Amino acid sequence: MTAKLSKVVYQVMWNRLISIVEEQAQALVRTAFSTSVREAGDLSAGVYNAEGQMLAQAVTGTPGHVNAMADAVPHFIRRIGRENIHDGDVYITNDPWEGTGHLHDITVCTPSFHQGQLAGFFACTAHIVDIGGRGFGADANSVYEEGLYIPIMKLIDKGTVDATLIRIIRGNVREPDQLVGDVYALATCNEIGHRRLIGMMEEFDLSDLSGISDFILTNSREATLARIAALPHLTAEGSMTIDGYDRPIDLKVKVSFHGDHVMCDWEGTSGLDKKGINVPLVYTKAYACYALKCAIAPEIPNNAASLEPFRITAPANSIVNAVHPAPVALRHVIGHMVPDTIYDALDKILPGTVPAEGAGCLCNFQVSLRPRTDAPAPAGAVRSEVLTFNSGGSGARPTLDGMSATAFPSGVMTMPVEATEQVGPVIIWRKELRPDSGGAGRYRGGLGQFMEVGAREGHEFDISAMFDRVNHPARGRRGGLEGAPTTIAQDNGAAMKGKGKQFVPHGRKVMMAFPGGAGYGAVSQRDRAAIRRDLALGYITEGTARTVYGLTEVEIFEVMAAARKGETA
Amino acid sequence: MAHAARLGVDIGGTFTDVVLEIGPERHSAKVLTTYAAPEDAIVEGMHRVCAKAGIQTSAITQIIHGTTLATNALIERRGAKTALITTQGFRDVIEMRTESRFEQYDLNLTLPEPLLPRNRRYVVEERMGARGDVLIPLQRAEVEALADTLREAGYQSIAVGLLHSYVNDSHERLIRDVLVEKLPGVMISLSSEVSPQMREYERFNTTIANAYIKPLMKSYLDRLAERLAAEGADCPVFLMHSGGGIISIESAAEFPVRLVESGPAGGAVFAAVIAARHGLDKVLSFDMGGTTAKICLIRNQTPKTARVFEVARTYRFKKGSGMPISIPVIDMVEIGAGGGSLARVDAMNQIRVGPESAGSEPGPACYGRGGERPAVTDADLILGKLDPDSFAGGTIPLYPDASKAALDAVLADRLQMPTLEAAWGLAEVVDENMANAARVHAVENGEDLSDYTMIAFGGAAPLHAGRLCEKLGVSRCLIPQGAGVGSAIGFLRAPFSFESNRSVFMTAKGLDPANVRALFADMEQEATRFVRSCDATSQIKADYKVYMRYKGQGWEIPVPLTPEQAQEADPQTFLTRFEEDYANLFGRTVEGMEVEITVWSVNAYTPTAPVDQAAPVTPDTAPPQTGQRPLFDAALGSSHSAGIYARTAFGPGSSIQGPAIITEEETTIILPSSRQAMALADGCIDITVKGA
Repeated sequence: MTAKLSKVVYQVMWNRLISIVEEQAQALVRTAFSTSVREAGDLSAGVYNAEGQMLAQAVTGTPGHVNAMADAVPHFIRRIGRENIHDGDVYITNDPWEGTGHLHDITVCTPSFHQGQLAGFFACTAHIVDIGGRGFGADANSVYEEGLYIPIMKLIDKGTVDATLIRIIRGNVREPDQLVGDVYALATCNEIGHRRLIGMMEEFDLSDLSGISDFILTNSREATLARIAALPHLTAEGSMTIDGYDRPIDLKVKVSFHGDHVMCDWEGTSGLDKKGINVPLVYTKAYACYALKCAIAPEIPNNAASLEPFRITAPANSIVNAVHPAPVALRHVIGHMVPDTIYDALDKILPGTVPAEGAGCLCNFQVSLRPRTDAPAPAGAVRSEVLTFNSGGSGARPTLDGMSATAFPSGVMTMPVEATEQVGPVIIWRKELRPDSGGAGRYRGGLGQFMEVGAREGHEFDISAMFDRVNHPARGRRGGLEGAPTTIAQDNGAAMKGKGKQFVPHGRKVMMAFPGGAGYGAVSQRDRAAIRRDLALGYITEGTARTVYGLTEVEIFEVMAAARKGETA
Repeated sequence: MAHAARLGVDIGGTFTDVVLEIGPERHSAKVLTTYAAPEDAIVEGMHRVCAKAGIQTSAITQIIHGTTLATNALIERRGAKTALITTQGFRDVIEMRTESRFEQYDLNLTLPEPLLPRNRRYVVEERMGARGDVLIPLQRAEVEALADTLREAGYQSIAVGLLHSYVNDSHERLIRDVLVEKLPGVMISLSSEVSPQMREYERFNTTIANAYIKPLMKSYLDRLAERLAAEGADCPVFLMHSGGGIISIESAAEFPVRLVESGPAGGAVFAAVIAARHGLDKVLSFDMGGTTAKICLIRNQTPKTARVFEVARTYRFKKGSGMPISIPVIDMVEIGAGGGSLARVDAMNQIRVGPESAGSEPGPACYGRGGERPAVTDADLILGKLDPDSFAGGTIPLYPDASKAALDAVLADRLQMPTLEAAWGLAEVVDENMANAARVHAVENGEDLSDYTMIAFGGAAPLHAGRLCEKLGVSRCLIPQGAGVGSAIGFLRAPFSFESNRSVFMTAKGLDPANVRALFADMEQEATRFVRSCDATSQIKADYKVYMRYKGQGWEIPVPLTPEQAQEADPQTFLTRFEEDYANLFGRTVEGMEVEITVWSVNAYTPTAPVDQAAPVTPDTAPPQTGQRPLFDAALGSSHSAGIYARTAFGPGSSIQGPAIITEEETTIILPSSRQAMALADGCIDITVKGA
């Protein structure tokens, strides 16, 4: 193939690799067992060259896997040893520091051999519902309490599944069928990627991936560097305070543009928390890179070269650089706040680019149901683990309202209520938008949502809460007002905490209101028609229309009369 | 006996295609679609083909119609004033969607507006449990009070979607009873009838879509029937549905959401008939027009069907940016790749093509109507695939200079490459996009395309099919006669059919054969009743299918059953059938897991007339060449002189070697250097690998 031809051919191959990892991810969704993977899409998949450099990654709902996935394969190569890598092998780990940040993410890596030579690797990660220990939640005091640890090791050795490992897994988790099924699904998805890669190498008569690697990495590096070179050489600081487990946490970052790289330094951020909300650096890096890429170079695909110019540092044993054996199960709660903290700094350098603060972390909870213990339970009462992902509102943008019940930075999906209620004896009594929760402003923050959860007759449950922004709602930008905070209580008014496992007796419900995004710009500048529309649709109530947005009684009367007829006048 | 005269009518975005068949005789007409009154174009087309055939419109015995009108009404939001009644606590299901962002890196993403604004969504206090048990009973008085509110607001159509109604529809039926009584004349759609399947977002959205377009479609269909009768065509009119079958005009008016994508479904049926004629069991149908390309897998001469698809994607055809519709559909991928798709260069100096399209105004640069950005057709022209003087039968002159200028300005100058190479890059990218879509679709279905035969139709497909075959490793491609009006021909080949689906969870081990038999019987009765209403006499057959998965998985695989297997309902047979199909799809089964059935499906249909097998032909000499021109070969990366042939000059067996160009009125067939072509007995051009 002549050099002249190669430009077009390499373009085709690059597209092909991206399509291969998308197929890989799709195969995982189709075969996975955990609702977190199959309904919510909490997974990722990538392809690597023989050196372990990531060439392409599927765009799934998980920015948290972005950098983590890029770093993971070199760890596999180092731990397994090149001399021990054979055709037919599959490797596995859930190491929070060498994988994707907590024990609940299983990463599987498969070497891909072509014509007897190691051509590259495939890796994929999925969030599973249970890994034993205390169960998914914030309450552990060290990683040892958070569940089964699987060091980097062979799951399949030259085609033979390690039956001992499978037995250890089965013996240590609450939903063994589900987890073993997911492990198989992960191996299957790499296999699908491998088959397609070999097909491509045969079609283009490649003996290795070096040429296409150079093409991808060179183009990505140049494109990324061009974007960074165009930025002003400035430094700015950002900070945010959030709830934490039982004391507030300060996130502090210094972002600086250096012409050929971007630096994010977390000096000054709070130290480790006693409970499981600490973040391994790999996960902080992932969300920091993601935030920077969205603002600076959104359309450049993720790979080793496009990620390299984004450099993230944090003091050891700060909450964003937790080292072993810190508890890290809910590292997402803090990790999802990383982008808003960085945007506090970026807004000072690149005005008009980034949104106001949003709900930040996903509003997840896990329910552990069991037959009631306060009175005889009916026949047929069962135990069950049910995990749900839910979103608050995202922050308003410089020229747009925020998105309601839509997460940022995470992009995973919620599970359908009907699917959740098929999994166990849980009842979701309410899941709908929360009026008045979007921070007011020229552009309004996205609305949070209400949820009410109970158990079927004859059951009681523990709820493991994973919420923030109870005491620290999203802050507005440029005069925009803050979003509504999180609230949680039982239906009889009994108070509940935003984090941790809490008992809910038979017959009681948990009433939750998830936070809204903050507003952008002064309320006085909001378009009057937009305010009227918000009122007509019930995104804001009459009281807010009157006191916050200043609609007159006549206007309110008109709008409500039209709204009753299904119109938005 | 005189042959029946059957009329197939496909209303597309640009053209309304009309095909008249009288026995072996076929006449076709293309008329510009008349948006204001779509029936006008039909009537004009009908008169034209009748004139060609020399018959009166009264001689037409049957009209089969498919249309994009339902799809367009959804895309353009031109539906009726519609309300939703739903379970208290779930007013915002269609607005909250999956709560995700379909594009992860765009900070200024806008989500699609829900089909109904929030103040047209009403709630009632009631609740079903996941097993169909009543947790909170519905009070009739509450519905009566709500009916008064709805009357005052003046709704024309009402959708009813309650939680878990797919297992127990009694509350939805109570609401209908009250509304029928209190609001006569208002149209009602129940989610338990429109789409009785688990997952509230898809079910509610489908029901709302149905309600939203119901008044519009009903009025159109009524007008059409009247107008056709007035024009002398006083014959039965049937509608093509998205699942590839035909339903009565009354069913179509009741469930208009089933008409969405009926045109492409006709194309798939067309390809299936060609497959049957040539005895092909594995076919990749490739339909490429001006704006999009549609790709569909056809196994055993039957287009693959699915239960959910997405309509009205708002963001570059991106998955998740549209609204999900869960109805039986022919499973296909549609991507923004057509003759009018426009190219640009992105930040990484990569050429990108589509989904933005030049449309017909201004059209590709070569139309000379002011288009300044290069489209796929511009690249095709520069690469020698098109003759500037005979495009669209010579009715649209093409300007190569304009193509060159557009390619240079947008691609070649920036990438520092010659125009020809830029054109090559553009064509390669669009071909690769289509190839990738086909591959992903194949993988989702666990298929390997290398042993498939492609059937290509639609105006742009024959220009790109050869290269696509090279990319996909497909060794054979057929280009049928009448490719330009393939969908309308497909309508005339479709069976009367109706697919009944139910969500009933059961483990394979624990299934009770008596229950299963009763369920299947009930569904068969429902489906058969629909088909019988269209055709009073024909035999009606039924296909049985269950969707199965390992307990705990979220996605099922379809497992077809024979009528005997369905009737016997033996747990072990269900298990074995599942494991066979699962291993085939994903490589290996999972040890020691329970297997469950989630959805049950019965498709009732009238068997179609057996297709005559195309007679074998013996290879013959080449027809006379009408000329030669340089043709760029993408695989070789260089231009070569190619012979030009007229399709009309091919008799059965006529054979040529690539590189070559075969011209016809509606399209041009490009034969790459790696391929040879031979005309078959039915006029299909059969493209194969040289030496095969």
